[in-house]
Amino acid sequence: MQLESLYQEIILDHYRHPHHRGLAERFDAEAHHVNPTCGDEVTVRVRLEPGADGLTVAEVTHAGLGCSISQASVSVMSDLVTGRPLDDALTTHGQFVTLMQGRGESGGVDEDRLDEALAFVGVAKYPARIKCALLGWMAFKDAAARAAAARAADQGGSR
Amino acid sequence: MTTSVAAPLADSAPAIDVERVRADFPILRRTVRDGRRLVYLDSGATSQKPVQVLDAERAFYVQHNAAVHRGAHQLAEEATDAYEGARATVARFIGAQPQEVVFTKNATEGINLVAYSMSNAATSGPDARRFVVGPGDSIVVTEMEHHANLVPWQMLAQRTGATLRWLGVTDEGRLDLSDLDTVVDTTTKLVAFSHQSNVLGTVNPAHLLVRRARQVGALVLVDAAQSVPHQRVDVHDLGADFLAFSGHKMLGPLGIGVLWGRHELLAAMPPFLTGGSMIEVVSMQETTFAAPPQRFEAGVPMAAQAVGLAAACDYLDALGMDAVSAHEHALTRLALDGLSALPGVRIIGPVDSVERGSAVSFVVAGIHPHDVGQVLDDLGVEVRVGHHCAWPLIRRFDVPATTRATFYVYNDAADVQALVDGVRHAQRFFGVA
Repeated sequence: MQLESLYQEIILDHYRHPHHRGLAERFDAEAHHVNPTCGDEVTVRVRLEPGADGLTVAEVTHAGLGCSISQASVSVMSDLVTGRPLDDALTTHGQFVTLMQGRGESGGVDEDRLDEALAFVGVAKYPARIKCALLGWMAFKDAAARAAAARAADQGGSR
Repeated sequence: MTTSVAAPLADSAPAIDVERVRADFPILRRTVRDGRRLVYLDSGATSQKPVQVLDAERAFYVQHNAAVHRGAHQLAEEATDAYEGARATVARFIGAQPQEVVFTKNATEGINLVAYSMSNAATSGPDARRFVVGPGDSIVVTEMEHHANLVPWQMLAQRTGATLRWLGVTDEGRLDLSDLDTVVDTTTKLVAFSHQSNVLGTVNPAHLLVRRARQVGALVLVDAAQSVPHQRVDVHDLGADFLAFSGHKMLGPLGIGVLWGRHELLAAMPPFLTGGSMIEVVSMQETTFAAPPQRFEAGVPMAAQAVGLAAACDYLDALGMDAVSAHEHALTRLALDGLSALPGVRIIGPVDSVERGSAVSFVVAGIHPHDVGQVLDDLGVEVRVGHHCAWPLIRRFDVPATTRATFYVYNDAADVQALVDGVRHAQRFFGVA
């Protein structure tokens, strides 16, 4: 019985009570990602703000349809990147991608940084589910890049 | 509470001896996920293969391998005989003539062959005129099509300026024929529909669609990927013009499918893929084409797979297609009853078993279909999850996806029980029951 290692309690909790769900009115950019193999979809909105060390992720919100893994993952992601410097958030993104390539082992990732996202370690044993876990993270990366580009363009225009 | 689905199977047709059948499928003896018995309920995606098919394919390579329709040596003769013999067997299986059977990669390629032939018709001379579509013409499909019988027609419409129309689906999962006479009208050049839905299980009333198409002079293409493996299909009873199906869903090898077409139509159609084998005379300036079916079989064909498919037809013939249908019908009835009895389970598709095949799609309240499939997989029950390559149909039922079980000759009541028990387990695991 492998189910418990896949569906850790943290995942089920976030699935039942997702954080940052519901799209914010104020945002810099959004990305809509679809998993074409199953039809799951997620929209992530990102708002950035200038911080001491460059841009900071001020707010991340999401909406979509999907399985427990994809819904819990986007919820955990939103928690982990909100309030972080953008570069730092993208480093966490990279660490999560590494975790998903780890075939169920967490060696080689910064466990403290991934925090609750470590609960998804078991997902990487199921190749068909890795895309579910990555869906929201990829949408975040995409939306954050667009938001940063939009900010850079605005700054360029105001000079 | 236990929901028992143990019940007598096929009551009229000669029963299928599942134990004997299972002995022919070595893969069914393996275990999955920590030693679980494999309960394979995904034959709608692809079926497993009996040793008779595997042996036939291997025997071709071991004894007769050569390029078909080329060369005059003994092996080439034997390979060609094996390939053409396979064509005759497959033709007989669907009540057709061998020269009407075109071997393709799969049903998808067969449908694309017709769609591309129709767009090539515009530049192919007077014989091909009846296949030309353009602005003002319509192509009619249904809302329950697999992408394989939808996207090629969308693309044909885009290339030619024709309009794509479709018949809707009722809440019960049947084709909505209330506007058949307006959707299929005198502008309609082709009606393409699924004989048996891969999601809903619905068997469509082919005769009504064919009759309406005939009234307006439209061609009819039937996607039989889910019907030929599971029910007796005779192309002349069906009355269509084209029929496409895949070998791998009917106990045959991967990489082989069939497009059947009325011979006079195939004889007038321009080719789709061109190259070796499909020619009559070639000069540096121009080429004339071979008669069908060779015209539509460019390149060295998949002879070993054709031989394997013929062995699959023989295997199904020996069981008897009426017995196959009756067996699946009984399992489907058990599954519909067993699943419907669970609170929170909704069947997507007809809940009665009239004019219905073995695809049983369902959703479980509070659990995403992917998660249902994951729990079942953990128990060794292998089902399909997702949109089943029929995304518009899934949207029509306002669900994100479904979990789908499909049954075949090697499944029995214990497999259905494993499915029902697995769904109950998923409900407990996710705390929704």
